[in-house]
Amino acid sequence: MKPATEEIWSWLDEVPDPEIPVISVVDLGIVRDVAWDGDTLEVAVTPTYSGCPATGVISMDIETALHDRGIENVRIKTRISPPWTTDWLSDTGRAKLMDYGIAPPRAAGGPECCPRCKSTNVTRISQFGSTPCKAQWRCTDCLEPFDYFKCI
Amino acid sequence: MAEVDQAQLFEFLCRMGDNTLVLGHWVSEWCGHAPVLEEDIALANTALDLIGQTQMWLGLAAEVEGKGRSADDLAMLRDVWDFRNVLLVEQPNGDFGQTMMRQFLFDAWHLEMLGALAGSSHDQIAAIAAKSVKEVQYHVERSGDTVVGLGDGTSESHSRMQKALNLLWPYVGEMFAADAVDNAVAAAGIAPDPAALRETYDARVGAVLAEATLSVPEDGFAHKGGKSGFQHSEHLGHLLTQMQWLQRAYPGASW
Repeated sequence: MKPATEEIWSWLDEVPDPEIPVISVVDLGIVRDVAWDGDTLEVAVTPTYSGCPATGVISMDIETALHDRGIENVRIKTRISPPWTTDWLSDTGRAKLMDYGIAPPRAAGGPECCPRCKSTNVTRISQFGSTPCKAQWRCTDCLEPFDYFKCI
Repeated sequence: MAEVDQAQLFEFLCRMGDNTLVLGHWVSEWCGHAPVLEEDIALANTALDLIGQTQMWLGLAAEVEGKGRSADDLAMLRDVWDFRNVLLVEQPNGDFGQTMMRQFLFDAWHLEMLGALAGSSHDQIAAIAAKSVKEVQYHVERSGDTVVGLGDGTSESHSRMQKALNLLWPYVGEMFAADAVDNAVAAAGIAPDPAALRETYDARVGAVLAEATLSVPEDGFAHKGGKSGFQHSEHLGHLLTQMQWLQRAYPGASW
């Protein structure tokens, strides 16, 4: 019997993002659709940034996780439209990012506060950070630099 | 709307993909060499975005061509005369200022072009553009800020930026000059008339250069021949010998 798609979604929610392992690929909002096509499970995945090197690893991790659950035929479909947006990050994902030390994205274009000391006195160092999806910011109170997950 | 000839559509897609590929490769050469860590990271990220966009443009080009070639085949196995990038992006890195000036002059065009392509009558082109334009907004914001910082900086940085602008300005015109390929894709509603992007470009670029205390050269001469493949500069050949070396020396090598 084929597992229900709801159950598959919950399995995918256990697949961590390879670069930010504290959130799952579902939290990240890149899994767009899960559907059976006969005996093949088709998973639609939307890449975050065009050149993100994690994209290939994510597809592989999803396939491995589903194979481990006994699903033999998995087809990963890359869907680029509509383009991925940080609006698709789940609320759980946002909270986990903050706990991990990465300030979650905000429409205002900058972090709400320092993820460490929670001070709102923060300043931007660079619009580009350690991965394509992050910018570098610094807290002017505790003086620690931190990553900000930038809006796209 | 007019039907587009597939050969012309292929040409157009190669132009988009070759621009991002050639510029992405030059920019990637800064990895580990930029003046400060933040700039190094920013340039590496920009290069990564451009190479990722190349994968989509050349992937679609290969699909349209229908001869069984892949994006990798197009990137690694064509020679200079088959490249369709504008001359601006193949100009060498020079110093950091020259790299940033080249980046800004391209980014400002790229942003307008992708914005227009997001409304293309061709669904796949619209999708690639809608995805890429979000990345390019960050590129142009940063390259513009850097041009201002260095132009309106010390007398040394100012003079280097003015020199870079004088060197690169004659390569700007080619991005807006339409030829038969541009006219064909414009008639089919696939892409904008390149000349229609000039006004917004001039306004944006003019404002940044004014803030950077730099003067736009008065001579309106424009080099041409890159996007038609008629005449590339010698720099492209040097770039390709580096970029394509592995596939040339070890055909079919893969990870």
